[in-house]
Amino acid sequence: MGNRVSISGWGNYPTVSALVRRARHRLELQRLAHQRPPVLATGRQRSYGDACLFSNVVSTVDLSHILTFDPITGVMRAEAGVTVEQIIRFALPQGWFPPVTPGTKFPTLGGCIAADVHGKNHHVDGSLGRFVEELEMFLADGTAIRCSRDSHGDLFHATIGGMGLTGFIYAAKLRLRPVSSAYLEVRSERVGCLAEALHQLAATQDDYTYSVAWIDCLARGRARGRSILMLANHAEVAKLPVRAERWRPHPEQRLALPTRAPEFLLNKYSMRLFNSLYYHRRLRRTRLELQHYDPYFYPLDRVGHWNRIYGRSGFLQYQFVVPRSSGEAALDEVLERTSRRGSGSFLAVLKTFGEAWGMLSFPQPGYTLALDFPRSDPTIHAFLRDLTGVVQRAGGRVYLAKDALLDKETFSAMYPELEQFLSVKRRYDPNNHFRSAQSQRLGLQ
Amino acid sequence: MNRRALVLGATSAIAQAIARLLAQQGNDLILAARQVERLEPFAADLRLHSSREVELLEFEAMDWAACTSLAAAAEDAAGPFQLVVLVYGYLGQQQRANADSEELLRIVNTNFTSASLTLAHLANYLERQAEPTGIIGISSVAGDRGRQSNYAYGAAKGGFALYLQGLRNRLAATGVHVMTVKPGFVDTPMTEGMDGLFLVASPERVADDILRAFRRQRDIVYVPWFWRYIMMVIKALPERLFKRLSL
Repeated sequence: MGNRVSISGWGNYPTVSALVRRARHRLELQRLAHQRPPVLATGRQRSYGDACLFSNVVSTVDLSHILTFDPITGVMRAEAGVTVEQIIRFALPQGWFPPVTPGTKFPTLGGCIAADVHGKNHHVDGSLGRFVEELEMFLADGTAIRCSRDSHGDLFHATIGGMGLTGFIYAAKLRLRPVSSAYLEVRSERVGCLAEALHQLAATQDDYTYSVAWIDCLARGRARGRSILMLANHAEVAKLPVRAERWRPHPEQRLALPTRAPEFLLNKYSMRLFNSLYYHRRLRRTRLELQHYDPYFYPLDRVGHWNRIYGRSGFLQYQFVVPRSSGEAALDEVLERTSRRGSGSFLAVLKTFGEAWGMLSFPQPGYTLALDFPRSDPTIHAFLRDLTGVVQRAGGRVYLAKDALLDKETFSAMYPELEQFLSVKRRYDPNNHFRSAQSQRLGLQ
Repeated sequence: MNRRALVLGATSAIAQAIARLLAQQGNDLILAARQVERLEPFAADLRLHSSREVELLEFEAMDWAACTSLAAAAEDAAGPFQLVVLVYGYLGQQQRANADSEELLRIVNTNFTSASLTLAHLANYLERQAEPTGIIGISSVAGDRGRQSNYAYGAAKGGFALYLQGLRNRLAATGVHVMTVKPGFVDTPMTEGMDGLFLVASPERVADDILRAFRRQRDIVYVPWFWRYIMMVIKALPERLFKRLSL
C-alpha cells in the first residue's frame, strides 16, 4: 500500500507529487529498496529544498527504534528513522548528547547522515560523519551490507553526505558525547561589524566548543555585519544553581503556526524591524548566562511549522561556505547585496568551519553563512544566482541540504570530489536506482 | 510486585503504543505476534527505555491449537501474567470477501473465532491467578452497525464485542475486569492510504485513553471519546433510511 501525495521540504518549495510508502520494519525496507521504479528513502523531510523529494519515496519514519546502547562508551546503534530528539530524550539522562546537532532536533538520524550535518561545534569536532562508526544498508539489488571505515570504506565515505543516493540506510552506530548536565554556559557578545565578528570568532574558537554569530543581514553602511556572538560550553554540574534539574529534558512543543501566513506580513520594513530589535535586545555588550540546551541549540523548534510564516510560496534557505583567505571579502559582498535588496531573513547565521570530510559533504575550512529569503518575491531566484556567482568566485560551495536552485555545471565546479563520489555510486548502484529531484537536477548519476 | 501483561498482535501500532505505556508504568511484557522477528527492534528499544523484561512469543492467530495453548506457552516463555491485551485483527477487503470465501473466512475467523477462542482459554488462566488484573479486547466502531463497505469485518468485530460482554458478565465476580474498546479511525498502517478519513487519532493518544479507562474500570470505551456520540447518531438512524446510504 502507499499514498500518492504532494510533498515538499521544510522550505515548502518546490513541491512534488509522490507515491509514499512507509517501511515498517527492516525486511520491508529491504523489499522496498529494490523494487522498481527508482526510489528515494526519506526521513522527516527537514532538508529545505528538493534533496528529500522524488516521485517515488520510501519513508523511514516508522523505523525509529534504538537497538543497542553502551552506557560506558556512549556508542548507540539505532534505526535510521530515529530523530535527534529521540536520541536526546533517551541518552541525556544517562549523561550523553548527540556529538553534532543541526539547528533543529526533528530530523532523523538517517537524514542527518545523508546530509552529513554540522553543528555549532564544527570548528572543533567536524561534521556528524566523524562520529558514525558503522552503517547497515540495503543496496539497489536488495543486498544487505555493513560498511565502516574498515569494511567497504568507499561506500561508507560516499554515503555520509551522499544525500541518500548510494542505498537505503537501515541503521547506524553513532558515538555520542559525554556531558555533565542539560545546560550550557553561554557567553553572548555584541559586535558592531563583520570584521569584528570574524575576528572574535577566530579569537574565541579554542575556548568554546560551540560558536555561532547571528547577523543583522539588513544593517547597512558601517553597521554591515553587526552581530551577536553566542559562544558556549557544556556546563559542569558544579556550575548549576542548586535547584536546577541536572538532566532536565526539553518541553513538548506547544505552539504551532496553524496555517500559512499571509505574505504581505513579511516585507522589507517588518524584516528590518525584527532584525534591528533582535540586535538591540541586549543592552550590555557581553553577557554570561546558563542556558538549557533547547533554546541554545533549537530556538526555532519552539514554534511548530514555523516555516508557514513564509506563506504560500514558501522560502529559500541559502547556505554557503567560503574559504578563510577569500572569505571576508565574499561575505562582505553577500551582505552588501542582501542589505541593499532589503528583504533579508529573520536569522542569518555565521560560523566557522574546521576540517572537511567525505566526498559530497558540505563543510570545508572557512566561513559559512545561512540566510533565508521569502519566495513571494519573484526576483529572488535571479538574486540567488548572483550570490552563487560570488560564492563560486571565492572558491566556496552551496549546501545541498538547503538547495533548490543550483545548476549542474556550478555544482560540479563547487564539489571537486564529485567524480570520486560518482564512481562509488556507479559501483554500488550501477542503474542509478536511488535518485532525488535534486540528484536529477544536478546530474548525480 | 511487578505485573506482567500479555499483548497479542504486538506488531500493530496501537499494541505498541499500549505496550510502551505499560512498560513505562512498571509492567513487564510478553509480546505475541505472528512474525516475531519484526518485533525485535521494538522490543530492544522498549528494554532500553524502560528496563522492564520484554519477552517475545510467536503466535499464529489462525492456528486453533496455538490459540488454546497460548496461556501455557506465554507462562513458559516469561512466567505468570495478570493482564491480557488482545489487539490483533484483520481488516481485509469487503469487495474481495463478497466473491472470495477465503477472504471472508479469514476476516471472520481472525476477528471473531480466533479472538474468542484465545480469550476463552486466557480467561480460564487468569481466573486461576492470585491477583489477576483483567482483559482488554479491541473491537471496533465498525461493529456497531453493518455498512456495505466493511460488514464482514464489522460483523466479526461486533460478534467479538458481544463475546467480551458475556465474558465480562461471567467474570464480574472474580476480579478479572473485561473492557471492550471501540477505536474510531487511528493513524496506523491499517488505515494508511484510505481516502476520506477524518478525525484521525494518533496511536499514542488512543493507547493513553485505553489504559486510563481501564484504570477506572470502564466496561465499554470508545477512543477517542467522541466516537461514542458519532456512533450513537449512526445507530439511531432508522434502517429504512440507513439502507439507502452509501457508507
